[in-house]
Amino acid sequence: MLRDITLGQYYPIDSPVHRLDPRIKILLTMAFIVCVFLVGSPLGYLPIAAYLAWATWMARLPAKMMLRSMRPLRILLIFTFVLNLFFGTGDTELLRLGFIRVTQEGLYNAIHFSLRLIFLVIGSSLLTLTTPPVTLTDGLESLVSPLKVIKFPAHEMAMMMTIALRFIPTLAEEADKIMKAQSARGADFTSGSLKQRAQALIPLLVPLFVSAFRRAGDLAMAMESRCYRGGEGRTRLHVLKTGRKDWLAVASIAVLYAVVLLMARYV
Amino acid sequence: MTQPHLSLQNVTYTYEENGPEAVSDFSLDVGRGEFVALLGHNGSGKSTVAKLLNGLYTPTGGNVLVAGMDTQDSQYTWEIRKRCGMVFQNPDNQIVATVVREDVAFGLENLGVPSEDMPAIIDRALSAVNMADFADRAPHMLSGGQKQRIAIAGILAMQPEIIVLDEATAMLDPSGREEVLETALRLNREQGITVVWITHFMEEAARSSRVAVMYKGKLVMDGTPREVFSQVDLVREYRLDVPPMTRLAHMLRERGLDVRPDALTIPEMRQEVKRLAHHA
Repeated sequence: MLRDITLGQYYPIDSPVHRLDPRIKILLTMAFIVCVFLVGSPLGYLPIAAYLAWATWMARLPAKMMLRSMRPLRILLIFTFVLNLFFGTGDTELLRLGFIRVTQEGLYNAIHFSLRLIFLVIGSSLLTLTTPPVTLTDGLESLVSPLKVIKFPAHEMAMMMTIALRFIPTLAEEADKIMKAQSARGADFTSGSLKQRAQALIPLLVPLFVSAFRRAGDLAMAMESRCYRGGEGRTRLHVLKTGRKDWLAVASIAVLYAVVLLMARYV
Repeated sequence: MTQPHLSLQNVTYTYEENGPEAVSDFSLDVGRGEFVALLGHNGSGKSTVAKLLNGLYTPTGGNVLVAGMDTQDSQYTWEIRKRCGMVFQNPDNQIVATVVREDVAFGLENLGVPSEDMPAIIDRALSAVNMADFADRAPHMLSGGQKQRIAIAGILAMQPEIIVLDEATAMLDPSGREEVLETALRLNREQGITVVWITHFMEEAARSSRVAVMYKGKLVMDGTPREVFSQVDLVREYRLDVPPMTRLAHMLRERGLDVRPDALTIPEMRQEVKRLAHHA
């Protein structure tokens, strides 16, 4: 059960989008999110949808993958839609069922906000689907490194994230082992009330934490033995490079902005 | 005589102030290109000695010199760690990155090696431990023996003169143990790297060129495997066993048969038995 934890949702293939500089990809995603908020009407989402479809095609991602990224948000999505639909303001009544009334404005808002949510989620999963978590971390480190001037620990933060990612499978495997060992001695993790199940996790979490601390001590010693002394004077195996394709991607988002702003104004 | 590569001079180490001595008055010189097995039962202080060898611990008393540099002198700390690499017991707890290639690069990145020089060095290090085909794999998918060889490659990339393996085989299965020992022996033979092999497996110690035995933080025996293991009673007194063939030789001698007391390997024993049969 704990075995099939995938690291993030990275989809390992090769495509022009996968090869983009992670820094550019992070910035583009942020720009895209802002762009989604600039859209003024449901019709205005057309260029957004077209852009996402194009990006998905460029990234050679199956459409199914993109839709699957929506799944964790389906409840929030339904709530957004229903609340806006039934409890919207406005006077143009479309339907009345007892105290519930559906107005034209409510319907409009329901569609508007639901679409906004959908495009936000799909847009940001495009980033995580095409960028391995460690590369993402490298990109973030590089983006926040100017903050080192104000003593922001950019390198340390990235190193911690990398190590956390590295140890997820190791600790998952260990949790699995401890669970089996406890089950063999009669522990029950799967039945009982929520409180009982939470309590059953204590004999799993305590040894897991103890071992995680021991591992951390070992790892620190191994890192020191290999001359690790913080980010100062450190070089990297993979140097982030911004090339022509990155500027093309930036240009594409500029076009999207132009279209969205024009539509917000004239349509 | 040339300067010893590693030199421990009357070294004492206590974990807490006024606590018991984990290592006490320990002296040992290791020459360039030697393969020394350091033996001792659990808690004999052998892992502490390992950590004294690259400045992870600095001695409470006495001096540790690595290629003539004192580990107490903090200006040498990083030079010592670059020259004296260390492989630890738990293969999972010494791999930093999520891709083999990147893990081997870790030491190089710390040393500030230019990025464009790294790929060639990494490929060479991985080839030296026969793991070149695994460069793009995730370390957690590899076997224990493979992980330890990656750890060795990570050290080799830093071009060390000495490798200390602190019970590097203790958590491995027999085939993994053989892989790692074979790798260490080969690096010692072909590249002249000085190896300190810390273990409690007698078969492994029997394949080194020199065996040092620790007991209660002290060096109690030092010699070739033959010299050390032929003293079966003494070795046992230090709560260690002797290799199976030496034990067999000892048992046969106790029953009045005239076999050589220092037989270490199965072929040697076979020869001895043949010789006896011939005489009988």
